[in-house]
Amino acid sequence: MTELLVGTKKGMFVLEGEPGGPFAVTARAFAGEPVEYAMRDPRSGRLLAAVTSAFYGPKIWHADDAGGEWEQAGGVALPEGEDAALERIWVIVAGEADGALYAGGDPGVLFRSTDGGTSWELDRTLWDHPTRPKWQPGGGGLCLHSIVPWPGDPDRLALGISAVGVWLTDDGGRTWRHGNDGLVARYMPEEAREGTMDLCVHNLHRAPARPERMFMQFHGGVYRSDDAGESWTDIGAGLPSDFGFPMTLDPADPDSAFVIPLAADVDRVTPDGRVRVYETRDAGATWTARGDGLPADDAYLTVLRQAFGRRGEGESLELYFGATSGDMFGSADAGATWFTVAEHLPPVFSVRAS
Amino acid sequence: MALVRLRGPLKRLAGGAPEHPVPGATVGELLRALEDAQPGLRGWILDERGRVRRHINVFVNGEYGREATPVGEDDRVDVLPAISGG
Repeated sequence: MTELLVGTKKGMFVLEGEPGGPFAVTARAFAGEPVEYAMRDPRSGRLLAAVTSAFYGPKIWHADDAGGEWEQAGGVALPEGEDAALERIWVIVAGEADGALYAGGDPGVLFRSTDGGTSWELDRTLWDHPTRPKWQPGGGGLCLHSIVPWPGDPDRLALGISAVGVWLTDDGGRTWRHGNDGLVARYMPEEAREGTMDLCVHNLHRAPARPERMFMQFHGGVYRSDDAGESWTDIGAGLPSDFGFPMTLDPADPDSAFVIPLAADVDRVTPDGRVRVYETRDAGATWTARGDGLPADDAYLTVLRQAFGRRGEGESLELYFGATSGDMFGSADAGATWFTVAEHLPPVFSVRAS
Repeated sequence: MALVRLRGPLKRLAGGAPEHPVPGATVGELLRALEDAQPGLRGWILDERGRVRRHINVFVNGEYGREATPVGEDDRVDVLPAISGG
């Protein structure tokens, strides 16, 4: 049985089913509220959800049972008395240390928890970074959307912030530095690209079997790093479009990545009215379209940044994604064939499988 | 002291009581004092800057108010979600 936690514009849905068949909604929480992200901590089994009420602002909630009582986590706020307010939480990720969790949000902020998500603390080094006055938001805000731990080393972390590029630490966040060599901001005039900080990273992943190998979906460009995010090589050739947001990979294969391209930054739908996932198994040298079972005609879907999840690895890798249309699709065979998971959900913001 | 009236989740977070007598000369002072008395409300009405959240409405004796609106001893202050959303 696979469990999907689906964050939507109108609450969090729990879907359960056997890979390959339709899933059933078995629980719903935060009815009517935007749930930007929901995940289950694989170590504790605890559920965590990021909810931004239109009225009451962003909060993180936790529960042991989706249909049970949810408790508000403490500390998810910016320092009082400064001229900024927390706008949204974009992502929650399990860390390497016991009980460690990270949350990323807008305006470009990182929170840490050491107690499994009950309480959180702002990373002050990143908050007080001397370059922060120059940070520019992307269209979705100044969002810290990608948090990438290093397997086995709690001191090493990579972050993706739109639009301030990649940030790296090797000392548990005491210092942060950029990792942006090779990224090309095609959306800027050529003479303004050199040395710019306005780097619109859309998604960032690390290959757990070879941690120095990373993949990135950029705002125009798909990139690979073989030096732990210090420098990047464009691997977008062969895709119908190198614009998009969702990305995942097969944990068993450090040469693998999956993306769901959108037509262009000014046309954020699946290209040519066809829904297809693109897979590389050679670190981006070639890409293969995977669409068997996905809508192939008149299908103009938008798949958001966090709406592509995975479970398992290798031949049993399961892939799941949802669209703003409320359609959800899955694959039980690493993308070779696809099935409809659910229809008629609210617009899907995030998908995580366990 | 002015009387702050809450409903919905705000009332629940404030211990279930719909009415709270709170000291303060302005709406902002009143709501900070309310947060101090009812810590469960912290972050729900005011953001970190001390501003009333964009989609929260505050009425002082039935008139729209914001942070700097003066509040008298006998005033009634209603806090409720705005008619907004999608």
